[in-house]
Amino acid sequence: MKKSSTSVQELPAAAAYRPTPPPAWRPRTDPAPLLPDPEPYRALGTDAAADADPALLLRLYTELVRGRRYNTQATALTKQGRLAVYPSSTGQEACEVAAALVLRAQDWLFPSYRDTLAVVARGLDPVQALTLLRGDWHTGYDPHEHRVAPLSTPLATQLPHAVGLAHAARLKGDDVVALALVGDGGTSEGDFHEALNFAAVWRAPVVFLVQNNGFAISVPLAKQSAAPSLAHKAVGYGMPGRLVDGNDAVAVHTVLGQAMERARRGEGPTLVEAVTYRVDAHTNADDATRYRDAQEVDTWRAHDPIRLLEHELTRRGLLDEEGIAEVAEAAEEMAARLRERMNAEPALDPMDLFAHVHAERTSQLREQEAQLRAELAASAGEGAGDQR
Amino acid sequence: MTGVGTLPLAAEAAKPATMAQALRRAMRDAMAADPSVHVLGEDVGTLGGVFRITDGLAAEFGDERCTDTPLAEAGILGAAVGMAMYGLRPVVEMQFDAFAYPSFEQLISHVAKMRNRTRGAMPLPITVRVPYGGGIGGVEHHSDSSEAYYMATPGLHVVTPATVADAYGLLRAAIASDDPVVFLEPKRLYWSKAPWSQDAPAEVEPIGRAVVRRSGRTATLITYGPSVPVCLEAAEAAQEEGWDLEVVDLRSLVPFDDETVAASVRRTGRAVVVHESTGFGGPGGEIAARVTERCFHHLEAPVLRVAGFDIPYPPPMLERHHLPGVDRVLDAVARLQWETEN
Repeated sequence: MKKSSTSVQELPAAAAYRPTPPPAWRPRTDPAPLLPDPEPYRALGTDAAADADPALLLRLYTELVRGRRYNTQATALTKQGRLAVYPSSTGQEACEVAAALVLRAQDWLFPSYRDTLAVVARGLDPVQALTLLRGDWHTGYDPHEHRVAPLSTPLATQLPHAVGLAHAARLKGDDVVALALVGDGGTSEGDFHEALNFAAVWRAPVVFLVQNNGFAISVPLAKQSAAPSLAHKAVGYGMPGRLVDGNDAVAVHTVLGQAMERARRGEGPTLVEAVTYRVDAHTNADDATRYRDAQEVDTWRAHDPIRLLEHELTRRGLLDEEGIAEVAEAAEEMAARLRERMNAEPALDPMDLFAHVHAERTSQLREQEAQLRAELAASAGEGAGDQR
Repeated sequence: MTGVGTLPLAAEAAKPATMAQALRRAMRDAMAADPSVHVLGEDVGTLGGVFRITDGLAAEFGDERCTDTPLAEAGILGAAVGMAMYGLRPVVEMQFDAFAYPSFEQLISHVAKMRNRTRGAMPLPITVRVPYGGGIGGVEHHSDSSEAYYMATPGLHVVTPATVADAYGLLRAAIASDDPVVFLEPKRLYWSKAPWSQDAPAEVEPIGRAVVRRSGRTATLITYGPSVPVCLEAAEAAQEEGWDLEVVDLRSLVPFDDETVAASVRRTGRAVVVHESTGFGGPGGEIAARVTERCFHHLEAPVLRVAGFDIPYPPPMLERHHLPGVDRVLDAVARLQWETEN
């Protein structure tokens, strides 16, 4: 590295001073190729979908139907008190399913709390994926097993993790891409900004998928951002922004696939905005009628990700009434198994509270563990009618 | 590669070294010993950090091992979480105590909780180095004692060295730890010197052990980090008053070494906790409570605290009034009920 000279040229006095132009300026990167297209990309009903692999289309369809059923079942379990809370992704299944299916085994998924569906579509045990929301433990699965980070509750905080992991994988020379999921509300968080900036500066192999479902609980996008679109935010970081119809599973899969390829080629991150809609309320505890029109919901319900793909498949003769019934039946079986397993009481061990705070229990935690154990033994004794 | 075990040259063994040099050497040796150790932060690369603690690391190990990051502390720590998830062992430098605050959400919601959240499946071996405390004439936001925030967060280890040898040993231990460690560096001790051979550093006890820096019989000063030299000086001065003070250097605030602290206070029967952090809600309240719970029947007087005032850190021209000094420590010792009034 060149050091600056210690002798600095003295400027002439005012009378002799002649202004000179500053060092040449040019944009550090051409912004034009980074700009999103004016319209969200759509594949269904176009040649792009017609050229798509029929096996992929059927797989997407099966997972969409299964995903919708998972959402309705989990919502029902919440009403029955089996889950503490469930943030449904009904209406957003195309994003959830495409995000899971676009990943290779070695790639990593960084979900937010509304992305249980993507986690299940990735292949995780549906019950393990729900422990956070049932409340028997925070994360019910080993993240390394399926390369799925814990469902992140604090908004956008998982995005810098995805960047760091992708960066580390690249430093090690591993062919790994990280796909990070966030919602429209999450794009207002500082961690969204910092993650995108780090990703672009480091050219990290990471893809950010914003599911713009219209609402952050009750707050509409208009109160969240004045950007032309959320995809446009990419330009400020020096990465491409892509807009896609988030209810078109083939389109989401295609756009994410292209972004993943780009990351693999070492060309850095991409921001994808999927335009979709949260058909259900924020969670079972929310009342969406307080902040939005039924008419708006109906418009989006009509643009249904499952029916859109079903239409394409039946039109092309890839799916018939019998096939539709088979897929629905398989989804019902999944729901029945989920119900059955979720109706069983989870095994709880209060001593787990102390087991994983540190690698080794501190003396203070050992004391507190002993205290709780004694309390439990005493109450068990009382329950058995023992005299103390 | 030069490891920790390299034999010293006899001439080097007694050379004085600074705490800054010991910290730098600790990172250098950790990086040489383990390729998964990565240093990242603001200005840590080409410049070597604003305190020069990472000086030479980028030159020796390359920019990918010692990385200048964008200026965003949450991003730095968040990226370190992802790196640790993938098997790296990040050592993050926060430029100053108060500049670490933007990273608190990452620290509290993820760094401290990831092991627990995943039932041990995803430990995060991250070291967060934070230069802390006052006494260097820093302007606003450069002199905070932020340890109470970290202590109040389950899942973190909180460590602070007071000597050159401990700076090396504890930082090596922090980097080697599979738990996240907030490593608080007393910035006014960066240039303190002690005879110390960087090629044959003495063994340091593992994280979680306090040490008796000075043995005494009549009262215990419980302290850590930048206040350790203050207490040692106070103990020397106290001899003139006939007080034989013991000085316990905690070294680790979490885990807390109740055993060493309580053993000392049971011997002496009196205790004063000394730190720069504010008294109200500061570490001293917790320490005094723990000592009282364990040593009540041995105590001749209430456990007292000498702490910074409960004020935002003062501007540099007034900080000497705020920082606990020798006189304030001696005043507290004088109030330990030496003569019972009957």
